[in-house]
Amino acid sequence: MSQQSTVHMPCSLCKNLNSIPDLTDNPIKNQIINAFFDKRNQRNGEVGTYREIGFEEFLMVMSHFRPTSRKTSEEEKKAIRKEKLRFLFNMHDSDSDGTITLEEYRKVVEELLSKSGNIDLEVAKAIADAAMLEVASTNMPDMAPDYFYEGITFEHFEQILSGLEMESRMHIRFLDVDTNTMRCDRK
Amino acid sequence: NVIFYLFFLLLCIRDVVGSDFCLIAGPMRRCGHGHCWLLGTLAFFYLVLLSGVEADAKSDHHSENGHHQNASSISGIPIVTFKWHHVETPYTVALWIIVAGLCKLVIEANHHVTNVIPESALLICSGFILGGMVWGADKKQTFKLNPTVFFYYLLPQIILDAGYSMPNKLFFTNLGGILLHAVIGTCWNAATVGLSLWGCHMGGAMGDLDIGLLQYLLFGSLLSAVDPVAVIAVFEQVHVNEVLFIMVFGESLLNDGVTVVLFNVFDSFVSLGGPAINAAEIVKGIISFFVVAFGGSLVGLVFGLLLSLLTRCTKNIQIIEPGFVFVVGYLSYLTAEMLSLSAILSITFCGVCCQKYMNANMDEKSVTTVRYAMKVLANGSETMIFVFLGITAIDKTIWVWNTGFILLTLLFVLVYRVIGVFFLTWIQNKFRLVPLDLMDRIIMSYGGLRGAVAYGLAALLDENKIKEKPLMIGTTLIIVYFTVVLQGITMKPLVTWLKVKRATNNELTLIEKVQNKVFNHMLVAIEDISGQKGNNYMRDKWTHFEEKWMSWFLMKPSARKKHDHLFNIFHMINLKDALEYVDKGESNGTLEFIRNDTAFIDFKKNYEDDFSDVSMPDLTIDMGDDTIANPYARRDAVPSISLEMHKQTNYGLRESENINTHHLLQQHLYKSRNQHRFRYSRSHFDLNQDENEVQEIFQRTMRNRLESFKSAKLGVAPPKPITKHPRKDTQKKMPNGKSTEKRSYYSGDEDFEFSEGDSASGYFPRVTHRPGTGIENPSFMPDLDPRAPVQIPPWLAEGELDSTAGVAPSQRAQAGLPRTPSNLNRLAPLRISTRSTDFPTSSSSQQSNELPPPPSPPPYHPHKI
Repeated sequence: MSQQSTVHMPCSLCKNLNSIPDLTDNPIKNQIINAFFDKRNQRNGEVGTYREIGFEEFLMVMSHFRPTSRKTSEEEKKAIRKEKLRFLFNMHDSDSDGTITLEEYRKVVEELLSKSGNIDLEVAKAIADAAMLEVASTNMPDMAPDYFYEGITFEHFEQILSGLEMESRMHIRFLDVDTNTMRCDRK
Repeated sequence: NVIFYLFFLLLCIRDVVGSDFCLIAGPMRRCGHGHCWLLGTLAFFYLVLLSGVEADAKSDHHSENGHHQNASSISGIPIVTFKWHHVETPYTVALWIIVAGLCKLVIEANHHVTNVIPESALLICSGFILGGMVWGADKKQTFKLNPTVFFYYLLPQIILDAGYSMPNKLFFTNLGGILLHAVIGTCWNAATVGLSLWGCHMGGAMGDLDIGLLQYLLFGSLLSAVDPVAVIAVFEQVHVNEVLFIMVFGESLLNDGVTVVLFNVFDSFVSLGGPAINAAEIVKGIISFFVVAFGGSLVGLVFGLLLSLLTRCTKNIQIIEPGFVFVVGYLSYLTAEMLSLSAILSITFCGVCCQKYMNANMDEKSVTTVRYAMKVLANGSETMIFVFLGITAIDKTIWVWNTGFILLTLLFVLVYRVIGVFFLTWIQNKFRLVPLDLMDRIIMSYGGLRGAVAYGLAALLDENKIKEKPLMIGTTLIIVYFTVVLQGITMKPLVTWLKVKRATNNELTLIEKVQNKVFNHMLVAIEDISGQKGNNYMRDKWTHFEEKWMSWFLMKPSARKKHDHLFNIFHMINLKDALEYVDKGESNGTLEFIRNDTAFIDFKKNYEDDFSDVSMPDLTIDMGDDTIANPYARRDAVPSISLEMHKQTNYGLRESENINTHHLLQQHLYKSRNQHRFRYSRSHFDLNQDENEVQEIFQRTMRNRLESFKSAKLGVAPPKPITKHPRKDTQKKMPNGKSTEKRSYYSGDEDFEFSEGDSASGYFPRVTHRPGTGIENPSFMPDLDPRAPVQIPPWLAEGELDSTAGVAPSQRAQAGLPRTPSNLNRLAPLRISTRSTDFPTSSSSQQSNELPPPPSPPPYHPHKI
């Protein structure tokens, strides 16, 4: 692990991440930083948040962005895809109850669009609502009229994004890092 | 003399008309054209004769105004004169254009053929036939693909179209790979083909030819380019995945510039002659290569920005703003040509960089106009190019056969393309996130189609410097035919056979778009955190720069607002909702009656029932479901007594149909405030549209979305005015008085100009659906105006429960509803109709009026009291 020193943050606190100048323009900065402190992203089944994380945890989060190599088999690719989606899902599901509720989703969309400047809050809300409705209608084609759609579960989430090609969207080619050795399995 | 003259005129007119007729006449188009052409030549002879006659007349009378003899002349005023020479060139051009168009028409008429053989190949073949006709008539080829015509009049619009409709993001993400192939791949092709041919020549494989090494390299360079025209033509019919497409397509576009540069460099080398070339010249050549390529792109960029800026202020001349893109694009082409820079690159980048700002700045209609006009021009000239490529071949003078030379060239072109592509993709895969797999590589190398650019360059060769020019042209043509026809035909089966990833043609949903945005920001953030300046980082910086400066500078302030992608999607969804509503209304509603016989019969019966109902209004119960006609229709349909009931209902049906439609539209569509006036104007389309109107529709739609969602969130489905058949039974048990009372409920302040319900269709479209039940048209949601506090009436929720449980709805609860006096007025016509009252929800009676009929009304219901 120690060779991968291109990632130069031995111990990152929320403050440290917040102070990265390039991040200031990122509309979903909070979500991303929170993802680093989310225990769910550590693949050990825990829920909750860390107050501070070490290098290992940091790497564990970063490893979600590991590109697949050509050697990875189809099953592995599927599993990796699922993990990436899980990461994304966790990012939306801020209260970690397993569903993305409308409020949670709205919040993300609002923040996402907050930097665009031209879109006001109302529209952002409407967009979130429209997206949510879309999800509801695709997932529950024959939902009873009085059924209340609580939110997107992970299964739904996976289903909705099944058409989306993830390879180029959740992958980063880290320079000088041999990504094949960067497996972060728990010992 | 006069009679003689007129006789000729008549003949000529008849000929012209005849030839036109032949052209138009149905299936014999090609022969028709042959005729026309022959007749045209005949007419030409007449013309010669005629001018002879006129010359006589002139010399006799010294008439000043040549053709139009003045009144004093003996021959009198010629009513019609035939002046072929005046119009000869444009006429021929126009004729050829229409002939090419007709060829395309004939080819496209038969889909069985075009499914197997690509259109470009068929066009070339029809070019062969046409060329044969011309040859047969003239004994020489009078029409050829002239390099000047090709490069100045046919090529620019194709390239401009390609640049303008370029998927920018895809293009720039893959730009590295594209450039690799376009620059290095092309140089590789040129060098290897030239050198190998030279080697074979030295080895004596092709007999005695007067071609030196430099000439071979020149020849190699003109053959090196993949042709955009051919590639687009073949690949648009084979839907390969987008990365593969952009690789081949982008390469074909960019390498044209490279080829032209290479060609010019080698051409000047050839002119210089072997001994005069030293290191300095070679270095100059390499420098000029970069200057030409980058200079051309820069010129294009400048013109593109200029164009964007221009469209920023064309608000007042909307009618001509679509023209600017063509003119400025063409200017960029010509400017680059003038500066001896790469014109193709110039016009490509002009299109690429103006598209975003132009589409945002211009009026929506202008954008559509530009798109269509662009396609018309590009497609037209593509057709012309292929037809003329075919025609050109039918010429004895260009064919100098040299088996060795031709076959070896063909072999080398194919082999080196494969080697080049495999080598370059191997390099590329070292850097790509998603590597190109073997199939992609095979298709990429197989997609190396040569086309008209190669021929155009070959035709530009200087005969004095290159002795074997005919051989080179012939070989180029053979390679073009081979690649376009044979590879074009086999491309589709190959793609299918290799199971190359096809383009997924699904529209992204809104949530996917949102996710994409999330992905982008996330990747940037991760790159930032890891302190790496990768692609995403660069892209993010560019986007910021672009949004901050370029958009500010090049975009209208109003356009900037609309520009956000997500917002557009959202807007589109809204539009789709509206369309869906209309569709649904059409299939469920009024038109059903025309199509459906059973519905018609049903109507007749119902009609009779209604008739009886009118006399005793209190007895009505169950008609509401199956009848549709609104009260007005019924009144119209109750004329004097007629014995032919059937006929009458038929009439009534039509009438009700019309009124129904009218009523529906009146209630549910926005009532436009200004009336349409017919008038002619060259500078304006008189379109009945109003900014406020659009704005209002949009706002209402959005409000409605929110509202329908709110109600869903509260656990209450959007109130359904939809009638369910099962419910009817329960309704029948209801005492009449109560059920009629219910109608008097009226929900809130409803806007009659525009029912918001309709635009909300598509909201929970499936949520409200219950299979087997009656009408499924969620568009008729009652109006929930957000201005009024949203209150879910108790019976609403109850009604839902009831309907599922099959128990009679609590009508009693509804009986005590608040009434607004204004409603009573509106209800007046309804009382006559005595409609059934089984609308469980708060939907106003007004809306029940407009309910379209159920898809298939159940057969006659016995009338129960």
